[in-house]
Amino acid sequence: MKNSYIHKKIIFKEKLAPNILRIKVEYSGQVKPGQFFMIRGWSGVEPLLSRAISVADYENEQISFLIEVKGSGTKLIDKLGLGDEISLLGPLGQGFNIESGKKIALVAGGIGIAPLLYLAKKMDGKVDLYAGFREKEYLVEEFKPYIDEVHIATDSGKTGHKGLVTDLISPDKYDLVITCGPMVMMKALAQICSGRVDLEMSLENNMACGIGACMGCTVETKTGMKTVCKNGPVFKESELIL
Amino acid sequence: MMEVAIGNIKFKNPIIAASGTFSNGREFDEYFDIGKLGGIATTGLTYKRRDGNKGIRLYETRSGMMNSIGLQNEGIEEFLQNDMKFLKEKSTNIIANLGGGELEEYILGAKLLNKSDVDMIELNISCPNVKKGGMSYGIKSKDAYEITRQIREVVDKSLIVKLSPNAENIVEMALACEDAGADAVSLVNTFNALAIDIGKRKAIFDNKTAGLSGPGIKPIALRMVYQVAQNIKIPTIGIGGIVSWMDVVEFIMAGATAVQVGSSNFIKPDICMDIITGLEEYMARENIKNLEEIKGII
Ligand SMILES: Cc1cc2nc3c(=O)[nH]c(=O)nc-3n(C[C@H](O)[C@H](O)[C@H](O)COP(=O)(O)O)c2cc1C
Repeated sequence: MKNSYIHKKIIFKEKLAPNILRIKVEYSGQVKPGQFFMIRGWSGVEPLLSRAISVADYENEQISFLIEVKGSGTKLIDKLGLGDEISLLGPLGQGFNIESGKKIALVAGGIGIAPLLYLAKKMDGKVDLYAGFREKEYLVEEFKPYIDEVHIATDSGKTGHKGLVTDLISPDKYDLVITCGPMVMMKALAQICSGRVDLEMSLENNMACGIGACMGCTVETKTGMKTVCKNGPVFKESELIL
Repeated sequence: MMEVAIGNIKFKNPIIAASGTFSNGREFDEYFDIGKLGGIATTGLTYKRRDGNKGIRLYETRSGMMNSIGLQNEGIEEFLQNDMKFLKEKSTNIIANLGGGELEEYILGAKLLNKSDVDMIELNISCPNVKKGGMSYGIKSKDAYEITRQIREVVDKSLIVKLSPNAENIVEMALACEDAGADAVSLVNTFNALAIDIGKRKAIFDNKTAGLSGPGIKPIALRMVYQVAQNIKIPTIGIGGIVSWMDVVEFIMAGATAVQVGSSNFIKPDICMDIITGLEEYMARENIKNLEEIKGII
């Protein structure tokens, strides 16, 4: 049997940006990059649904989560302090394939950078990061020991290229591109990569159950309807019908 | 003793997992022994497979959620050859939830299910998320009577009709299904509802409206169950916003024989076990030997 929700104390909490929170909890078990947990930071049934949060890092039996505070659930998590408990179900989903010896570009949009950190740590070969943000960068420093090049774009122009992160990438330099971020960004990237390099996407559709039961997060693929939570969240772009 | 009877089927307890919220059990069986449930209502099954609806399918509301899944399923034949083989091994009642569009599609599906190993059939005339048919049979009592009568003709197994809270008159609707030969009614399915993205100036869902479920609907569902149970002789199965054993006791006190647990399976995959244990402890505490003692007691 798998564990249902477990309860863990927050052992670390910090703000990485005005609306970006990092928390850590103790955990022991197998956790793969790209997997996620369903999280409740409140007791009771309001809000009803748990929030799907990717694993940003897992080291020394501590899991880190990056949380963008934007709705009722994440605001409640933001109110918690050290020692307060959250409830977790997971790890869920299939995660990324860990590649080695390839030239890989990681392309992040906003909070989509979170799962790519743990992934970068696990991959060898030449790995470059392309990260786009609205205002200011966050988390990028922590990639540096594990990657080669860093390219940053912001809408504000405060750091890096002023404009879209997709402006920066030359797909022909890579064997594989891996992306996580807003759908508009990932679709633009798919256009750029099309016919030139393989692209893998980590999707973030709305979820209710997180375990493949409710069919709420379904995506259409060339081999039928698939759930993002259980069959994904990572898909080969060539398999998706977007 | 938590045992209850519906049609010619005995349930070891009155807790049934609601259709569309429990897939066909496999995912949940990884978290608890689903054989401990009174019953499992399958995903909405249709004669032919369906991919379901496009666009956003889920949206959280205050105290609830809206869905527009649109009966995504593999089709009855595939269900019988695959998931039903798995479910048959579990010591619980399997209730096939039958959906569809046109009447002919329902009848073809009913015939397949009637020949199968499922224990009961739940006729879903209340899905708000399919364009043709589906809920349209669940609005007017005379339409519900007609489809129930036709399905009854081809089904020997115990037959539940699942009612829509969007019915013009829920009591008349239940009476019509009883007259047409239903062995029980279950209610409610989801409320037809609307949510708008004010930034985009568009409805959240491609179909515009979608089905509302969860704790927010419980008081209305409870009222409907109360009104229906008072007026029909066949058993009523209560559904809507159940999250705890206390909600179950309320539905039974309102007249329900059994209940179905829906959206709260998403809050916690083994929530039905918490509910069963809580109900057991309550009965022991209150010295209730049989749920009949409190059924319809208000
Ligand atoms: C995601 C989802 C899918 C559903 N699919 C079906 C279905 O296929 N057939 C059906 O009869 N009811 C379906 N329902 C309705 C539920 O079985 C139940 O009647 C309703 O959600 C109210 O109960 P609740 O408040 O406990 O969720 C679905 C509900 C949800 C939330």
